[in-house]
Amino acid sequence: MSQFIQDLGKSTRTSFTKLGRSTYFLLQTVSGILSVLLRPRLLLNQMYSVGVLSFLIITISGLFVGMVLGLQGYYTLSDFGAEETLGVMVAASLVRELGPVVSALLFAGRAGSALTAEIGLMKATEQLSGMEMMAVDPVKRIITPRFLAGLISMPLLAGLFSAVGIIGGQVIGSGLLGVDEGAYWSQMQASIDFQDDIINGVIKSVVFGFVTSWIALFEGYDAIPTSEGVSRATTRTVVNSAFSILGLDFILTALMFGDH
Amino acid sequence: MLNSVPSQDNLVSVRNLSFSRGNKKIFDDISLDFQRGKITAIMGPSGTGKTTLLKLIGGQLFPDQGVIHVDGQNVHKLRRTDLYNLRKRLGMLFQSGALLTDMTVYDNVAFPLREHTHLPESMIRTLVLMKLQAVGLRGARNLMPNELSGGMARRVALARAIALDPMMILYDEPFTGQDPISMGVLVHLIKSLNNILGLTSIIVSHDVHDTSAIADYIYVLSEGRIVGQGTPEEIQRSDSEWVQQFMTGAADGPVHFHYPAKDYVDDLMSTGNRY
Amino acid sequence: MQHTNNQDTLVGIFVAAGILGLFFLAMHVSNLSSFVEEDSYTITARFENSGGLKVKSPVSAAGVKIGKVSSISFDPKTYQSVVQMSIDSKYNTMPDDTTASIFTAGLLGEQYVNLEPGGSDTYLKADGKIEITQSAIILEKAIGQFLFKSAEEKK
Repeated sequence: MSQFIQDLGKSTRTSFTKLGRSTYFLLQTVSGILSVLLRPRLLLNQMYSVGVLSFLIITISGLFVGMVLGLQGYYTLSDFGAEETLGVMVAASLVRELGPVVSALLFAGRAGSALTAEIGLMKATEQLSGMEMMAVDPVKRIITPRFLAGLISMPLLAGLFSAVGIIGGQVIGSGLLGVDEGAYWSQMQASIDFQDDIINGVIKSVVFGFVTSWIALFEGYDAIPTSEGVSRATTRTVVNSAFSILGLDFILTALMFGDH
Repeated sequence: MLNSVPSQDNLVSVRNLSFSRGNKKIFDDISLDFQRGKITAIMGPSGTGKTTLLKLIGGQLFPDQGVIHVDGQNVHKLRRTDLYNLRKRLGMLFQSGALLTDMTVYDNVAFPLREHTHLPESMIRTLVLMKLQAVGLRGARNLMPNELSGGMARRVALARAIALDPMMILYDEPFTGQDPISMGVLVHLIKSLNNILGLTSIIVSHDVHDTSAIADYIYVLSEGRIVGQGTPEEIQRSDSEWVQQFMTGAADGPVHFHYPAKDYVDDLMSTGNRY
Repeated sequence: MQHTNNQDTLVGIFVAAGILGLFFLAMHVSNLSSFVEEDSYTITARFENSGGLKVKSPVSAAGVKIGKVSSISFDPKTYQSVVQMSIDSKYNTMPDDTTASIFTAGLLGEQYVNLEPGGSDTYLKADGKIEITQSAIILEKAIGQFLFKSAEEKK
């Protein structure tokens, strides 16, 4: 029993140490933003590997999720004779929840794990410490551009996901199941509020992009520089990002939509 | 040796350095001097913290005790910007080369120039090609690091290390894992760079033969202490048993062949417990 | 350098597509397009019961949206619901004897204000009042009445 308490104390302490290290890391990362903005080339290169390479998986997933929502929504709503509101249902669930959350989960799996592996391997092959010896701050030169790219890409990807999903829902709903196209769009426009739904969705995805990039980059930077260490760090990135995204989504939803 | 004021002849002076990792003492109160314009080698078996010493000199690690002066500046008292300015004048050659894997050879060599100077691209090109020519790899400029052999990667890293015309280069195990030809090339390069550019070199190595061929002065480290020092000839003639074992590569001697264990016979005879 | 150029193009396409997606959400999915406060004028109507009407609910005439509800408040003296509507100033020829009713789109759909023009020659002006109103049909009430009536008939 005392052993258990000791272990618990030890692991709590380790977690706090890690939290402290990651906060310091985040501050270092953020402090480099200005210098990255002065060198947009660095950012552009990372936008490619973080954003463009996630583009396809996000669009395709968005399309399918929208189509499924169209089907499921139709069957549920037609029981109440309310097929006309299919557009509202598809758009609301995508814009508020599924768009930001699912695209962030996919982003963590696609771009986050790649970032961790990349940074971890750079550490393992002494590239980071080599850079330090060349008087180049690896956090500013390597980490910050990736962080910023993640932060910018995430809302764009989530927006794409929702947009493609809504179109997918419309294709199924009015193309296949015969919901009136005009009603699909007009009911949607009447119910989806720009401020409450779209802007809040974008805020969510910015938060998720921030957290996912932070986790991915920190895990890579903090990885034990061996092949096993890097592989564990990659797993941790995906798991921790997923937990953080879902947990934060609950908190954000409660804050944003709670007072209605 | 014991005077604490660093002499002008020494580019780097290490005084009473102690450093430990966990419970393991890696350096125990050692003092070393590295003369300007000379090649100084630090030798010793693997695991004696030779690379750690280089990281301490470069300011990447902090000592538990002792001071390290590089060019008259106390490395661990410098502010960050000053430390970075000092590092711009140091080149370090990592064991793995530490080339940036997402850039070509050309961009790797150009990297420190692009980061630290505002030279126009045409001048960077000239400089890069000159450095690559010096290591004989001007023709390989468009290759990616994963297309290079170990020896070539190290030569590219050397070209990168001299890109900013440093005053000193730290070599971390430059000869490990090289075939005889690339080894010969590297030995020749280090020697000639030192003479032509007037560099100061610190080589960390456990390769006795090739290192003593080019070093002006050698320190032999073991278990956190200096067990021998002198010119290669003095080291060869050293009467320290330990140094003799290291230089000749005898399997048993002061450094035991066996990892510490309990008595052999007892160990074999005991039954029951698995270990 | 060709490589970098291609890469830049792809990044450009990605960013453009992302912004287009967000723009689509804003303009085509949400109510932002009807948000733009063009010239509009406000009229007020008093209802006995405004039911599930909300701020931003549509105001339409002959099935066409001509404005939206801008505020709903309770008048503690008359115990009525005071509904302010902003009407697009393009439609400035609504007669002053217009009837305002609260309808429901479909059985479970959103509630909206329907304006039924009367025959008067004078038009409603800014801050004008609609005198004739018809309250929202409260579904529970209607069902209750219906059940009560059919039970009466059976006797």
